[in-house]
Amino acid sequence: MSVVVRMQDGYAVVSLAGEIDLHTSPEARKLILTCLQDNRPTLVDLGDVAYIDSSGVASLVEGFQLARQRQLDFGLVRVSPAVLNVLKLARLDKVFPLYLSIEERLKNVG
Amino acid sequence: MNETWKLLQLPAQADSLQQFRALVREQALALGFAPACADDLVLAVNEACMNVIQHGYRGAAGVIELSAGAIAGGMEIRIRDEATPVSMGDWRPRALEDVRPGGLGVHFIREIMDEVVYLPSPDNTGNVLSMKKYLRSKGAGA
Repeated sequence: MSVVVRMQDGYAVVSLAGEIDLHTSPEARKLILTCLQDNRPTLVDLGDVAYIDSSGVASLVEGFQLARQRQLDFGLVRVSPAVLNVLKLARLDKVFPLYLSIEERLKNVG
Repeated sequence: MNETWKLLQLPAQADSLQQFRALVREQALALGFAPACADDLVLAVNEACMNVIQHGYRGAAGVIELSAGAIAGGMEIRIRDEATPVSMGDWRPRALEDVRPGGLGVHFIREIMDEVVYLPSPDNTGNVLSMKKYLRSKGAGA
């Protein structure tokens, strides 16, 4: 798994790639939660994620909950078919805000 | 078990999961499962191995032995460990409407597999979890 965090228009964009599993999800979780603890609205880009397991999904759920608690915007961007399949299995595809692109989210902000 | 079965024994730790997944994917595709179903089988086995690592051995050192192969009309995966014996009654899936982290693994396994059962352990130590998927299941065949 690789993870890159960058700032775009006041948002933290966390781009994850590769396989997010019990071995790699702690790092993804930490970075997502750190962005939110810094009071950044956060988008998680999942376009290049080939695999995600329940520990990865749990990290996204934690981010979603912390964002709600802090009243920060939080969403998933470019959700790959592999990730969408797992979100659907978890019945979470209707819970997270999902966006086709970062631009799609940012153009409607403000 | 015949030559169509493959077996892999690895330490019960997070960085073993990738190799277990690769074996299951390879076997599922070889046995004629559709790629999307192979993805689901990989997820189910990953979650079962995670359960062993997190709740079976509880972080202590141990071994997981995974075997996967053909049965009539489908595929069976067996996951053997030497952790504290458990039963299906110990499996507690969470209510899905309750959005919180954790507890999803058992739901994934139940949703994906056709049969999930603990087999009697050969020497009464540890666990042998058997999971079966049939090609006749919806969307399973290639």
